[in-house]
Amino acid sequence: MTSNIIADLQSKRNIILENWIAQRELAEDFGGNFNSTDDLKTQSAELLDILLQTITSQNINDLYSSDLEPLFDYIGGLTVSRAKQGFSPRETAVYIFSLKDALLKVLGETISDNRELYTTTLEVSKFIDNIGITSFETFIRGREEVILSQSDEMAELSTPVIKVWDGIIAMPIIGTLDSARTQVVMENLLQGIVDNESSIAILDISGVPAVDSLVAQHLIKTVSAIRLLGADCIISGIRPEIAQTVVHLGIDLSKMVTKATLASALKYAFAALQLEVRRVAKEKSNL
Amino acid sequence: MERIPILKMGKFLLVTIQVDLYDRLALALEEDLVMMVHKTGAKGVLIDISALSIVDSFMGKIIGNIAAMSSILDAETVVVGMQPAVAITLIELGLPLSGVYTALNVERGMALLEARMPEETGNDRDNDDE
Repeated sequence: MTSNIIADLQSKRNIILENWIAQRELAEDFGGNFNSTDDLKTQSAELLDILLQTITSQNINDLYSSDLEPLFDYIGGLTVSRAKQGFSPRETAVYIFSLKDALLKVLGETISDNRELYTTTLEVSKFIDNIGITSFETFIRGREEVILSQSDEMAELSTPVIKVWDGIIAMPIIGTLDSARTQVVMENLLQGIVDNESSIAILDISGVPAVDSLVAQHLIKTVSAIRLLGADCIISGIRPEIAQTVVHLGIDLSKMVTKATLASALKYAFAALQLEVRRVAKEKSNL
Repeated sequence: MERIPILKMGKFLLVTIQVDLYDRLALALEEDLVMMVHKTGAKGVLIDISALSIVDSFMGKIIGNIAAMSSILDAETVVVGMQPAVAITLIELGLPLSGVYTALNVERGMALLEARMPEETGNDRDNDDE
């Protein structure tokens, strides 16, 4: 593509814009997501201006050239803002690709030589395709950031150490127990034992959906580490299905203290600490 | 060469490790401790490792050895005050220190030994808290 043609396109910027907008308004997928066509017009005009300013006869064939960065930055911002407005990635891509039609239409009117028209068309479509791909990449990157931050938050939120009594702490585990989580659980629980000077730790696994041999191994590790600190560990909240799986898999949990419910674990812990829970005499209570 | 002091407290021996334990120091400790158990006829050994922040498999093995040797000489070994990071390391190294008793701090370790002293009957770890 020669610089003459680019200059030509720049001079016909208004025609291209009109073509583009008209096409978007006719298209079926132009839903009610824009408040008015004015929004669409301003956005499209900005994009077209940046495109026509940054494009040169060299960088049209070299997508990694640094002078294209403002264009790709703008595309990134556009994708994010459209995603927030509720456009699907398909709608955004179709919107960008429709610019190609508008550009090609003007090119067809400008260039009379068929061979030149053919090569220019190829270059322009390749260029616009890449803009579309950039937009998609931005979209996916945004998604992945959300997923990563969510999993981080889950790991932090889901392992609280609860002081149940003097010398007794408990930790409920909600969700699957994988290696990374076990590490967090173990560290938090051991630190909790040291901080509270607890001699008994209750690990409640009511919220763990399934126990396989790997999870059992993680539990055994945690219990052994707690023993090394000089405290005892009770595993509570073992559901019947989990008991079944554990036995079917041939996992030996006999060296650990296991209880069906948190209540029975607490009872055991009280007994170990020589504590007693009693009902107070009737006259004392108003209930 | 520096040595780790071994204090005699009644029927028990108390070892507080305050420095980073390198291999030769650990071996010297093992030797000294067995000598002291034999000489004093101690019934229990308390090893306080609360200041120890780094362990390796060799250290784990030495602690296991000390426990095994003491039990041959009729003395129980209690390791007290282990740091969480140290416990995790030992577990990951596959050294659960099975023959060793553990306690949160020296006080509880002492109580555990006292509880086991009168007669070593069945009630294993039920009396380890005052």
